[in-house]
Amino acid sequence: MDPALDLRSAATGAEASAAAPVPLGEPVVNAQLAKRATGFRTLLYKEVLRFWKVSFQTIAAPILTSVLYLLVFGHVLEAHVEAFPGVSYTAFLVPGLVMMSVLQNAFANSSSSLIQSKITGNLVFVLLPPISHAEFFAAYTIASVVRGLAVGLGVFVVTVWFAPLSLRAPLWILAFGLGGAALLGMLGLIAGIVSDKFDQLAAFQNFIIMPATFLSGVFYSVKGLPPFWLAVSHLNPFFFMIDGFRYGFFAQSDVNPWFSLGVVLTALALVSAVALRMLSMGYKIRH
Amino acid sequence: MSLAAIQVIELRKTYPSVVALDNVSLRIEAGEFFGLLGPNGAGKTTLISIVAGLTRASGGRALVLGHDVVRDYRAARRALGVVPQELVFDPFFTVRETLRIQSGYFGLHRNDDWIDEVIANLDLSGKADANMRSLSGGMKRRVLVAQALVHKPPVIVLDEPTAGVDVELRQTLWQFVRSLNRKGHTIVLTTHYLEEAQELCGRIAMLKNGRLIALDQTRNLLRQLSGLRMSMRITGELPPEVARHLAERIGEHVVLRLANVAEVEPTLAALRRAGCGIEDLEVGHADLEDVFLQIMSEGRERIAA
Repeated sequence: MDPALDLRSAATGAEASAAAPVPLGEPVVNAQLAKRATGFRTLLYKEVLRFWKVSFQTIAAPILTSVLYLLVFGHVLEAHVEAFPGVSYTAFLVPGLVMMSVLQNAFANSSSSLIQSKITGNLVFVLLPPISHAEFFAAYTIASVVRGLAVGLGVFVVTVWFAPLSLRAPLWILAFGLGGAALLGMLGLIAGIVSDKFDQLAAFQNFIIMPATFLSGVFYSVKGLPPFWLAVSHLNPFFFMIDGFRYGFFAQSDVNPWFSLGVVLTALALVSAVALRMLSMGYKIRH
Repeated sequence: MSLAAIQVIELRKTYPSVVALDNVSLRIEAGEFFGLLGPNGAGKTTLISIVAGLTRASGGRALVLGHDVVRDYRAARRALGVVPQELVFDPFFTVRETLRIQSGYFGLHRNDDWIDEVIANLDLSGKADANMRSLSGGMKRRVLVAQALVHKPPVIVLDEPTAGVDVELRQTLWQFVRSLNRKGHTIVLTTHYLEEAQELCGRIAMLKNGRLIALDQTRNLLRQLSGLRMSMRITGELPPEVARHLAERIGEHVVLRLANVAEVEPTLAALRRAGCGIEDLEVGHADLEDVFLQIMSEGRERIAA
């Protein structure tokens, strides 16, 4: 790094203490603050620690739910449905359940953390420090990705034994896992910002996120749907996330994974722009 | 002119139905122990929230040690420690975790020596590893104060820190805050306990309906406005020449405010003439509470240049 730059940033940071006319007994703005120290790292750590401390609820419980889906649907439909040629229904279902868990838990993490902090009032601890809206956005989104992927990995580890494993294109798994978790983390952030009460957030979850994930092809291939519902599915961004994610396992999908990736990236750009705009305006947070 | 700890310039905050702050301008010098008083809804918390960046002003500017709270928010927030009025806490963490996290938010990742010192000074040592949920209200209040101090802010704002707090904590808290003030930290205090403000604050601002209506040294406010305060229990109707001095009446207990000693005897005489019975008579100097009530009822501004 250019040493001149370093000095300059140190000078800016030290302004507060240098300008104070009264000699202070303690070094008020110390060397650590003089560097462009930020609270991002700690906010991310705190958000991860928050769900980790209640991991029975935030990780174990959703894994159990997914196993129940697998047992029930797998048992009932195994003999009747073959979504992709040469792929058993249970094998087809595993990636869908993994991705559904990733998406739902990424959404749950940012939205519930934010609404809890808003309602209990402890969001003030994050609003008082010098944390920018972009850092706030990044910390909440990344923590959601961590939770989503942790649950997804857990579901995968538990369900993978029920069907023969196929990992034909793992980079796609990673790309859609990360992209989907980030997208839902951001949507959760927006839902948390917009909602004033728990029931408003629950409405968001029950009337938008749940139907969108359930109708996205987790449990079936959309190819088998009547034309109208096929068209509706193609308007659902969740469909592309699940379909692309599943491509990573079987190298087969309902639509081209590059197209699905394009949909996910477009959605990420739009949703992050909305979330960042809300945060920079202080919408419902710094009102 | 030296740099003010806090300066607000023509600050306005309007909500759809109410004007919370109406062109308030105010300078709090570095090193002051400053009191911000006013009835509920006067705009004290709104003013503090704007300075802290929790609320956006509708107009005007706020600066902390010369840093604009919007444009230069990082420097402004580093210079400021705020103890919020509401008893808020994060139930997921212990006291020490809470303080370490708060410290990290300010970019201070190795701050345990100072955290220990704050914990000790606020008598929190026994509870350092207890979960926030398990603490009593008073203990939670101490943690809030500690959280505001983790980054050693030169300017400290306490928004009604002693509401619902026992005497012991109040003493501990004021001792600690006074020592911080002696070390050069600027203290801004809002409180409902006027005797606290009278005892602690060198200078006082009073807000009413979002307007600044008084700003002066505490002793000047007391001197200019105070006369005598006469309290007693009375049976019978107050005659009109006495009723005009009435400051407060609860049943038989009456408080009168008199301009000076010369008014005492005529008042008593008037009461005797009216046939009132007088008991428990006390005459004393007016305190900040009288000054406060007087200013609030007059609505006349008293702002020292």
